[in-house]
Amino acid sequence: MKAATLNKFLSVFLLPLLNILTAFIFTTILFLVIGIDPWEAAKILVQGAFGYEEGIGYTLYYTTNFIFTGLAVAIAFHAGLFNIGGEGQAYIAGLGVSLVALGLGSFLPPWLLLPLAILAAAAFGAAWAAIPAYLQAYRGSHIVITTIMFNFLAASLMVYLLVNLFSEPGQGMPASRAFPETASLWTWQEFMAAFGIEFAASPLNISLILALVCCVAVWVFLWKTRWGYELRTVGANPEAAIYAGINPKRIVMLAMLLSGALAGFVAVNELLGVQHRLVLGFNTGYGFAGIAVALMGRNHPIGVMLAALLFGALYQGGAELAFEIPSVTRDVVVVIQGLIILFSGALEFMYRAPLQRWLLRFAREA
Amino acid sequence: MQDFWVSLILTLDATLRVSTPLLFAALAGLFSERSGIVDIGLEGKMLVGAFAAATVASVSGSVWLGLLMAIVASVCFALLHGFACITHRGNQVVSGVAINILASGLTVVLGLAWFHQGGSTPALTNDQRFTAITLPFAEQVADVPFIGLLYSELLSGHNILVYLAFALVPLSWWVLYRTRFGLRLRAVGENPKAVDTAGISVASLRYRAVIIAGVLCGFAGAYLATAQNAQFIRDMTAGQGFMALAALIFAKWRPWPILFACLLFGFLDAVAVRLQGVTLPGIGLVPVQLIEALPYLLTVILLAGFIGKANPPKAIGVPYVKER
Amino acid sequence: MTACALELIGISKRFGLVKANQDISLCVPSGTIHGIIGENGAGKSTLMSIIYGFYQADSGEIRIQGQTVKIHDSKQAIALGIGMVHQHFMLVDEFTALENIMLGAEGGALLHEGEQRVRQRLAELSRLYGLEVPLDIPVNQLAVGVQQRIEILKTLYREARILILDEPTGVLTPQEADDLFKILRTLKADGVTILLITHKLREIMAITDQVSVMRQGQMVAHRETAATSMPELAELMVGRKIRQSVDRHEQTAGQVLLNVRDLTVRDKQGIPRVNQVSLQVAAGEIVGIAGVSGNGQSELLQALAGILPFNEGEINFAGQKLTPQQPVNAARMRELGLAHVPEDRHRMGLVLPFAAYQSSILGYQRVGKYNHGLTLNDPAIRTEYTDRAEQFDIRPRDPFLGSNNFSGGNQQKIVLAREIGADPQLLLVGQPTRGVDIGAIEFIHQHIMDMRNEGKGILLVSVELDEIMTLSDRILVMCGGVITGEVSREQANEQILGLLMANALDPNNQQGHSA
Repeated sequence: MKAATLNKFLSVFLLPLLNILTAFIFTTILFLVIGIDPWEAAKILVQGAFGYEEGIGYTLYYTTNFIFTGLAVAIAFHAGLFNIGGEGQAYIAGLGVSLVALGLGSFLPPWLLLPLAILAAAAFGAAWAAIPAYLQAYRGSHIVITTIMFNFLAASLMVYLLVNLFSEPGQGMPASRAFPETASLWTWQEFMAAFGIEFAASPLNISLILALVCCVAVWVFLWKTRWGYELRTVGANPEAAIYAGINPKRIVMLAMLLSGALAGFVAVNELLGVQHRLVLGFNTGYGFAGIAVALMGRNHPIGVMLAALLFGALYQGGAELAFEIPSVTRDVVVVIQGLIILFSGALEFMYRAPLQRWLLRFAREA
Repeated sequence: MQDFWVSLILTLDATLRVSTPLLFAALAGLFSERSGIVDIGLEGKMLVGAFAAATVASVSGSVWLGLLMAIVASVCFALLHGFACITHRGNQVVSGVAINILASGLTVVLGLAWFHQGGSTPALTNDQRFTAITLPFAEQVADVPFIGLLYSELLSGHNILVYLAFALVPLSWWVLYRTRFGLRLRAVGENPKAVDTAGISVASLRYRAVIIAGVLCGFAGAYLATAQNAQFIRDMTAGQGFMALAALIFAKWRPWPILFACLLFGFLDAVAVRLQGVTLPGIGLVPVQLIEALPYLLTVILLAGFIGKANPPKAIGVPYVKER
Repeated sequence: MTACALELIGISKRFGLVKANQDISLCVPSGTIHGIIGENGAGKSTLMSIIYGFYQADSGEIRIQGQTVKIHDSKQAIALGIGMVHQHFMLVDEFTALENIMLGAEGGALLHEGEQRVRQRLAELSRLYGLEVPLDIPVNQLAVGVQQRIEILKTLYREARILILDEPTGVLTPQEADDLFKILRTLKADGVTILLITHKLREIMAITDQVSVMRQGQMVAHRETAATSMPELAELMVGRKIRQSVDRHEQTAGQVLLNVRDLTVRDKQGIPRVNQVSLQVAAGEIVGIAGVSGNGQSELLQALAGILPFNEGEINFAGQKLTPQQPVNAARMRELGLAHVPEDRHRMGLVLPFAAYQSSILGYQRVGKYNHGLTLNDPAIRTEYTDRAEQFDIRPRDPFLGSNNFSGGNQQKIVLAREIGADPQLLLVGQPTRGVDIGAIEFIHQHIMDMRNEGKGILLVSVELDEIMTLSDRILVMCGGVITGEVSREQANEQILGLLMANALDPNNQQGHSA
């Protein structure tokens, strides 16, 4: 009993904390190497992310994307799958959103158009995930490799479509024409104004609410429904799943469809909420960041939410840092992201054995 | 006819240049993955290699010192991968993703701090890079119809790294299939327990494999920054590491087919560049993106089991645990 | 007494809390074939892994030819002249025999340097011991028997003088096994010391000079093979436990619930693990299946539960006729009224990271009472679990505790409570008291008996003879995938069961017993 409690404390609290701490220690070293006072940088970062309303708006806008991709990675993880295709799934979802917004925008009222566009995002994202899922479940090809390939396929396809189908003649950047007015989500400013509250203008929009709803929905799905139960069983012990009469192949399909749909919601935030047109590379980096978010959040929606907030703050704070200190760009955040994936993911158990020994000795002496 | 011949030679010439980094990286992946360690960090290792090569070449003025530092930097990242995957039995895919992201961020941050050029390194002068080597008699035979062009344009006039990359294919084959080290390397990727019971250390073999992968990615990076281009530019690998991974899989983890796959993928790339904006009769505007995507598409189709069957090394991706 | 080629003194090894080997001592005289017999999990493989340097003993001493040695890894073991043929061959499938044999003993940095020498030496060895193998074909294209010969050649090429074979006949046909024994006798004649690990009594009697018996991590007996018998060894292996009293009603069996005809299950290599088995289970009876583990009981149980596909025969249950062409899955079998307590609760019966109450609906997660519209009805599940925890005395009671934090006995109670609680018509039970503390055994037995008393059918698979005899109304004995006999409760005794388990009852007599 005692050992069990200690172990839980270790794996839920102490180890993740130590891993993050290690990542931040290396970040500090990096700052020192490039000749920047880490304390000063941290202050600018925090101030930029949370110090004023617009900054908070930006932070939460990034957070929204990270919640979507983080949940996408997490839900696949619970089924024992590693979906690194969030990047491509989000991109293709943008196609779905754009087709609905541009194709039906002129006939449909917003209350019908927006849900349809959101559904299209989910459906297109899920469809792009479904092919690797099918290949994994029924043809035995490894999902990690196929999802990587599908990221590149998505990129090529979208460039082709943007250049040949969507782009307006005479435009510099490949982008579609603007969505009709009816196809834009409320900005946070507008949303708050409906309650009579003033909020500074920022890209933040009501997709954040969708993201929070998704957190709750994923939590309910994974831990409160029989499908989530079956999904987690397959991930934790495939043999027990077969014993229980669960078909692991179907679970692979289910998990990846949901994962792709969640990743697809990035297109909702980006296109319906901010860009209001299909643009090149609107998805860049969010899919991969989702891996860091999920690893850091221990694949739990609450953890994902907190990790997404941290990453949102890092993104926004990083932009501020780049503004204040010209010799730094937001790529610092990319480094931090890499360090977190390294220490919270690949080297997850580095401290476990020594800590366990130390804790056991401590427990014995006490 | 002569026109077609010239443009074919030029396309093939470009193919060789584009295939070179793919070849280095795919062979790097070959050594790592045949030992059972998944390497999706090829991209990242190439990138740090490119950055180190350009930085050192521009600061020291020596392209060879640049190459050496490219190898050192890439091997450091390879050792990090080994530390996570072999020593700590971490998830090999996660470790590879971490290395890619880390490399992408670190190169820009350091580049900006050191050179203040938006993450790029200063442009290299010609004596700071690998330049074309003219093979003997290339100029003399250039005017001989067909053969002359073939020799002087296609075979001659590449830098040393291009020739090295192609020479590495038979060398890799020889190491893998004709040496004790190669036998053990192939064995550890298939059945590490068999290697262990034969009295050979699994960890040391795998470390050697990832180090070789590091060295080869260092070459690939140096080629990108100091041979094909004349500076480091942020994210200049642009997916070539993943393309190399695709080539490795498409070649079913074997050296000679890797040559073929890299040439094919390189050729597709060269063709795509040449056909950019070209309208062909009957087809219309050539869908360049489709040609660019073909390597990935072909790899997926192969993985799905529609063209033969890709049999990866059996123990790939599985940390070796001796205890029960 | 001749000198010991290999001597173990007081070897102990623990894995966490499990004592895999306790104070094991053994002397294997030079140039003999020594059998080590014991059930799966008795600690034989661990012991051999210690000798081969794969694990280090926590305490104790190993002596080779009288010299005390420390063996830290396989390399040292090989240098000391120890060779091992593992149960699962340590071959690289894609490699040729030659490459496999050379691996680790290449004779030079370049392969061609050693190759001629290897070929020459192998030709000599083949001549000497009759070990013919094709050297240049990938081993995955060779028959299992040939692969095993490659394994033996591997050890001989490394000059092994002590050869350990771990369950060598498990994957062989009877003819291949005979060939193997011929080779072993030749090796012995040449002075090689052989350790044969097995759970097959027949092999021990056929080929060994001495035999040592292991049970639950301990060495329980040493015998000269000539001075012992299969029934004695069977009894030593399985051991005796105190017979408990279980409250058993006298009643006659009712209608047939499960009717199995000519069931055959083949493994991946195509070897039949269950061979033409027919049996019936009626309402209100417990049918026990006795046998040394590894004789097809596990596969039989899994096939009946809908987990493992079967190749021939039919299963009739609840008015359904199941054939290889119309297989079903475990979920469908449960709907038809079958419950299954699996042999290995960690691998199948529980999801270890799940809370106890969550594990308590594994396989029943779609049942109406556990669901509340779209969501699981957690309060109802927990209430039911709490009731069952009370009824089955699962400790601790906490429904939120992770399944991996319970003791073996309490984990088994969670599984048993779930399967019995589902109120099935037929219960399949595998090794219900394996790894369960003594106190819980009687409790578990009584619950199984209660089910029978209520008129349910039960098929019990156990390697514990005592358990089988305490509970069963009828006893079937399996050996080598076939049912070697049936004994009624009244007729059953250890002697006759032991003989059937070894398939050593004379054929005329056996006819009279078969179902």
